[in-house]
Amino acid sequence: MSHFDWLSELLARYQDEHILVRRGSATALAPAHLLELDPEDWGRAAQVAAGYACRWAGVWAEPRNEDFVITAALAREGDHLLLRTRVPLSAPLLPSHTPYFPGADRMERHAQDMCGLVFSDHPDPRRWSRHNRWAPDSYPLRKDFAVDSAPLPAEPETDYAYIQTQGAGAYEIPVGPVHAGIIEPGHFRFQAVGETVLNLEQRLGYVHKGIEKIAEGRDAAGLAKLAGRISGDSTVHHAWAACMAMERAARLTPPPRAQALRAVLAERERIANHLGDIGAICNDVAFAFAFQQFGRLRELWLRDNAACSGHRLLMDCVIPGGVAADPTPEQIARLRGAVDPLRRELAELYPILDDHPSLEDRLATTGILAPEIAQRLGTVGYVGKASGQDIDLRRDHPYAPYDRLHVTSPLFTTGDVEARLKVRVQEILDALDLLVTLLDTLPGGPVNVPWQAPAGGGEGLGLVEGWRGEILSYVRFGGDGRVTRFFPRDPSWFSWPALEQLIHGNIVPDFPVCNKSVNGSYSGHDL
Amino acid sequence: MLRILNKIWKTGLITEDLPAGADPVLEQVGAQLREGIARQFQGSLAIRQVDAGSCNGCELEIHALNNGYYDIERFGVHFVASPRHADLLLVTGPVSVHMESALRRTWEATPEPRLVVAAGDCAACGGEFGCSYASRGAVSNVLPVDAVIPGCPPSPLKLMQGILQILET
Repeated sequence: MSHFDWLSELLARYQDEHILVRRGSATALAPAHLLELDPEDWGRAAQVAAGYACRWAGVWAEPRNEDFVITAALAREGDHLLLRTRVPLSAPLLPSHTPYFPGADRMERHAQDMCGLVFSDHPDPRRWSRHNRWAPDSYPLRKDFAVDSAPLPAEPETDYAYIQTQGAGAYEIPVGPVHAGIIEPGHFRFQAVGETVLNLEQRLGYVHKGIEKIAEGRDAAGLAKLAGRISGDSTVHHAWAACMAMERAARLTPPPRAQALRAVLAERERIANHLGDIGAICNDVAFAFAFQQFGRLRELWLRDNAACSGHRLLMDCVIPGGVAADPTPEQIARLRGAVDPLRRELAELYPILDDHPSLEDRLATTGILAPEIAQRLGTVGYVGKASGQDIDLRRDHPYAPYDRLHVTSPLFTTGDVEARLKVRVQEILDALDLLVTLLDTLPGGPVNVPWQAPAGGGEGLGLVEGWRGEILSYVRFGGDGRVTRFFPRDPSWFSWPALEQLIHGNIVPDFPVCNKSVNGSYSGHDL
Repeated sequence: MLRILNKIWKTGLITEDLPAGADPVLEQVGAQLREGIARQFQGSLAIRQVDAGSCNGCELEIHALNNGYYDIERFGVHFVASPRHADLLLVTGPVSVHMESALRRTWEATPEPRLVVAAGDCAACGGEFGCSYASRGAVSNVLPVDAVIPGCPPSPLKLMQGILQILET
């Protein structure tokens, strides 16, 4: 099977539907293919793609001169297809993709709030990223909006039209934005009868920090630092995705040793987060033993990070052109030496998780995300893999150094909390195997090449398989070598709506464990 | 069950304890922390953590304070779910404008005398995000702050030292 052998069939279907592809390019935003369409065809192009089992993977807009350039990402079999169109700034009207891809809902509303795009047939025109702190007719990502514009006075948001439930015995539980724990802020509105959740509605955007806007004008090094703080738990993967996008824009290839070291950092990040999550999921059903044990393993893992990279969470290790530092032979030996002890620990702990009846009682059949819903929402990562979505970029469209590695990916179809736990359990073992290969076959040579901004500007797309799933990162440089548009799409955009679905019919006290099993990033989503 | 007990027994006590631990700085900081809390808070300091716009890096390290190695509860520090139970607000992140009123209301709900510690570079000075249409930057731009803990993110030990400095002033 070669890449994009499904594309000719989609193009034939577009032709049958009289959808005119103005221009196509396999190189402009490689490895993705780019198709330019008329805005009138925007909605139908999505409709046809939905009928052809494409996954919807993101949309972003950027004002350029008198136009908006809007780009949407679709994916199939590991390949990405970008649809692009233009509408005039004076009449920024476009059909919506949401009727065909429900996962597009919030990102289109984000584009509406940030840019002033109007999606004509969007089923839910409410605001999303705006919380009344900037005026409804001003749009932060437009060029005439100053990055330091004074916000409107701070008031609690009281006019957002939440879904209402009526009927005997039905009641509402509002939760957040400040939650009862050491977690990120967001608002959850439950409607319940007795203990059973009828509906959950999320209101996010509380940690919106203007990342897309403050990225503008940065140089490559500054963007990598910012990307490393989109979601602190994914610092390696977001920085890698952004650097990959910048390097592709600049036609620059990091040296083989840098690529291998990036993967070492990335797999270490995956393991650290999965260890923490396994413990936390168990903790949410009161299995404190596992919480303590996995917390211990995570702490040891982070101490190795600090000893070998200077940073417990590996921040700022990935830089444009490669990685920041070349580990010493002793540091590499320490990283290699950490693999087998962890394997031995897991060999003891995993059977305990497997055989613990009270754990199974709480995790199995709890929070089921049906595979059809997972597919329609475009969920990726462990949420998708637990619900039949067999998607892993490292295997399906490998980027260096995964192109020389054998990557396997777990798959379950039960879609419950237990399945999401099992994906993590297996992914740690798989990542340890990858670490062994990476560290035993580490190429020599330099760990970075000098950054050279693309002369005359340029754009690039970064795609990596983060520990939560696929991260897509788009960067455009202006002629001065500075960023003019940055859009990082965290997989949380798709796992948050999945949480709204999988909680239906569960009891309110199971919400924490359902939430933890999904573990969406608020910061990565709110931007 | 036997396997669990066996694992617990084999793991033993990992907490880096005060008299003979592996990390002399942690021992020292911990002892001072316990002393200060005993003196000023009757042995029990209740912290309400508030993420006011963080990237979640600081939260990961604050979480680590509760793992077996640091086990900050043994020094008298515990994290509480309600600001109404808190002596101290541990605030992270640049204050996003969308969290500004929630942060202020959390502070208002905290009984006096209340302390505010700004944890992490963003909370200390705005960090990578600074001030913008979406961010108020440092926590001190929104609330009176009693102490700051720099770091991106501050390590668990730095967090303990930071909490300590407020007790000594």
